[in-house]
Amino acid sequence: MNAPRLPVILIVWFSLSTAYALDAHKPLDNPEQQELYERLTEEVRCLVCQNQTIGDSSAPLAADLRREVWEMVAAGQSEQQIKTFLTDRYGDFVLYKPRYGGPAALLWLAPGLLLIFGGFVLWRVVRRRTALPVNLDNDSTNGSGD
Amino acid sequence: MNRFIVPIVGFAILVIFLMVGLNRDPTFVPSPLIGKQIPTFSLPRLDEPDKTVTDANLRGQFSIFNVWATWCSGCRQEHPVLNQIAAQGQVQIYGLNWKDDVGLASSWLQKLGNPYTANAFDKEGRVAIDWGVYGAPETFLIAPDGTVLYRHISPMTMDVWKTEFLTRIAAAAGETR
Repeated sequence: MNAPRLPVILIVWFSLSTAYALDAHKPLDNPEQQELYERLTEEVRCLVCQNQTIGDSSAPLAADLRREVWEMVAAGQSEQQIKTFLTDRYGDFVLYKPRYGGPAALLWLAPGLLLIFGGFVLWRVVRRRTALPVNLDNDSTNGSGD
Repeated sequence: MNRFIVPIVGFAILVIFLMVGLNRDPTFVPSPLIGKQIPTFSLPRLDEPDKTVTDANLRGQFSIFNVWATWCSGCRQEHPVLNQIAAQGQVQIYGLNWKDDVGLASSWLQKLGNPYTANAFDKEGRVAIDWGVYGAPETFLIAPDGTVLYRHISPMTMDVWKTEFLTRIAAAAGETR
């Protein structure tokens, strides 16, 4: 009798967690600006609770940063201007997706470098393996010969 | 022998990475303000709201700008240290009372002593954002020309005061001579 309740509770619970807008500012009139605001709150790190975005966090500082971002978007500032505002104050760490340049360049180049390194290792292993079947053939011919 | 070189070198690299990486404090965020001029601001004084505290107050001598609030337990912990630093008189201490309550903050200073020359009252936390504040207590060291020399995050201790602050004051004072 009780069994069907649990899935229902879980479904409601998890759909609640995706409902955002902790402190719902009134939506911006311009849909492009609203879209920019929502995107930025998902890209800016809450530095108090470092594994959350400011859109996820209920920390007071996150609320302040949402207000700041909302006001800058409403004032018609560009994504670049807002990100520069934030990194000037909090450093690159505030952006979940760090901008290219400086030490962050290593982060951006790492996948390519690892791919090249992995390709090199693969090439060496494959080259070594291609030498092996000759021995195996010898072994099998030896075996069949016996 | 040769086949051992690759694993040994790989292991050594891993050890170095882990030694450096695991000894780092992931909650520490370096301040981009260091070496730059302090942000301009103007806020009401905590004790006399019709007067203001501005960035000009932090210039002219070595200053400490301490971000605190009554809701912050680390601030209570460091308060005696600030009193001690104020008594030594090498710097002036200004406070940024962050997202706090005037009544609570005033009684805190009455009870625990007041090391501050004055406190700026930042009810909305806007000036704190300009300073890149993300958690109280934070303590900035400012040169007489308004350059940010250092930022300490977490409660002040006399040890930090001596090793991080006094050495930088001595170094900066030496340069200008």
